[in-house]
Amino acid sequence: MLRITDTSLRDGSHHKRHQFTPAEVTSIVAALDDAGVPVIEVTHGDGLGGSSFTYGFSKTPEQELISAAARTAKRAKIAFLMLPGVGVKDDILVAQDNGASICRIATHCTEADIAVQHFGLARERGLETVGFLMMAHSQPPEVIAKQGRIMADAGCQCVYVVDSAGALVLEQVSDRVTALIEELGDDAEVGFHGHENLGLSVANSIVAIRAGARQIDGSARRFGAGAGNTATEALVGVCDKLGIETGIDFFKIVDAAEDVVLPAMPEECKLDRMALLMGYAGVYSSFLKHAYRQAERYGVSGAEILVQAGKRKLVGGQEDQLADIAINLAATLAE
Amino acid sequence: MGVPAAIVGSGNIGTDLLYKLKRSPVIDPVWMVGIDPDSEGLKRAASLGLETTADGVDTLLSSANPPKLVFEATSAYVHRANAPRYEEAGIKAIDLTPAAIGPYVIPPVNLDEHIDASNVNLITCGGQATIPIVASVSRVVPVAYAEIVASVASVSAGPGTRANIDEFTRTTSRGIEVIGGAERGKAIIVLNPADPPMIMRDTIICAIPDDADHAAIAASVTSMVADVASYVPGYRLLNEPQFDPAEGNAPARVTVFVEVEGAGDFLPPYAGNLDIMTAAAVRVGERIAHAQDHGHVAAGRLAP
Repeated sequence: MLRITDTSLRDGSHHKRHQFTPAEVTSIVAALDDAGVPVIEVTHGDGLGGSSFTYGFSKTPEQELISAAARTAKRAKIAFLMLPGVGVKDDILVAQDNGASICRIATHCTEADIAVQHFGLARERGLETVGFLMMAHSQPPEVIAKQGRIMADAGCQCVYVVDSAGALVLEQVSDRVTALIEELGDDAEVGFHGHENLGLSVANSIVAIRAGARQIDGSARRFGAGAGNTATEALVGVCDKLGIETGIDFFKIVDAAEDVVLPAMPEECKLDRMALLMGYAGVYSSFLKHAYRQAERYGVSGAEILVQAGKRKLVGGQEDQLADIAINLAATLAE
Repeated sequence: MGVPAAIVGSGNIGTDLLYKLKRSPVIDPVWMVGIDPDSEGLKRAASLGLETTADGVDTLLSSANPPKLVFEATSAYVHRANAPRYEEAGIKAIDLTPAAIGPYVIPPVNLDEHIDASNVNLITCGGQATIPIVASVSRVVPVAYAEIVASVASVSAGPGTRANIDEFTRTTSRGIEVIGGAERGKAIIVLNPADPPMIMRDTIICAIPDDADHAAIAASVTSMVADVASYVPGYRLLNEPQFDPAEGNAPARVTVFVEVEGAGDFLPPYAGNLDIMTAAAVRVGERIAHAQDHGHVAAGRLAP
């Protein structure tokens, strides 16, 4: 059976500028759990320890949200994300104490070796592990496979191709999934995390499944960074039509997305100019809200900030540099 | 002749240090210690006239002309083993590893306080690049919280850093508090694989009171940048310090962007993260050597 992880309470945190309340988390977890979603991810958008000036301060400490989610879920497992360099090992232990059981560790797709100590700790403590190779569009399949091997050897049980920029197109997904499966064999499963920036998240997810991916990320109502993630409810519907078992009730997840998740969203995640630019130029989806903020602060074009971010080859975590780009754009305008 | 010094560790950092120390008017590098006889660093040191050994510190400590200063550019593990032996031999240690046996030092902030210490630690590259800025803000206004983001080129992050990246974030955070003067510190490190490699960049954000004197803070930051640039020539401010009022659950803040371009001694210029460590080590070593030679009062009057 395909395992779907809903990340609206983690990737959606970007879209909500990290302002989730315990009441929202409780109601969303209850609805997703009731629909049969097997894994629900809850964390600051930038992972454990992400609450900061640079990425945005959490309204409610993420560990409180994890704890609320774990107390609410009857069947679903609670997952959390951590990025080495942002969070530390102690954060993982606290999340486990708060009832989370799946540790998802993300690195840029060329830097897997910075996560070795964290995978080791997670496995030693009996957590299930998932590894995220972010910005997977930026490297060819053979590099992704090699980096996946580093994660698997460190104790990662499922390596995800993470299309952080929503830039991968169909075969580019399956090529990477296939390369990982060939490299990892039975050592670890392979997963896919999509974004909607080029309007392909469901299609890319199906391509990944057909290439052998066993775990897929969705977000109810696409609640996520950029144009949002793969809509969990759409993915479940498509899987039903294709005879792919997910264990999720289509009608219930459709209701949960509309009646429970949507009210918690500041607005729908839109496939608009900024999102399309990110997909087209390969820019980290979480930069979207920050680009808007800096554009407003310095009176420059948000689209131009994203284009410059692409030119500078910024990776996830370098949100601080968007302000520098905006200041320079403003100076150029003033000349 | 300068104060005789040994470089322990013949890797990238040790070799870069070698070239910087060769230029020092105060320190005379006489030994390089490694563990691999074929290492590039040992060969270069030998060709520059240093005594070299691939047997670790045993040979160094039993030699007829032991150094007065040792620069440790190995690993935390090795330094923990070596440190008591240096101390026993009366050799002052400047520790570039994360071992942190001795007090943290940031040359323009607190070196004078620890000029007599038998062992001093240089925190982390991100700490050397950012803690001076935090200190420059906290000497003007109280800083309840300071956060730094260090972006470094992937190729300049060695296996030691990669295997223990938590050590970087924890140690730097602590340094922001203890030396930077922030009540609470947070450090973030991002490795960027762009090719050509990016020059190290650091962003420093300090929470400040709503009514803080922005001009005084900006002047203090600018003056600190000049102090650091006096021993790290490639250290520069990018743009003016940026001030933002409190917004939502974020307090009022000042944001400072810096870039650290390396001197290109042995490591390439993009590796500003490594250059600032070796440059700081030289500055610390020179000040300690000077204090030993001339007494503390004179040392206190030297440039930072």
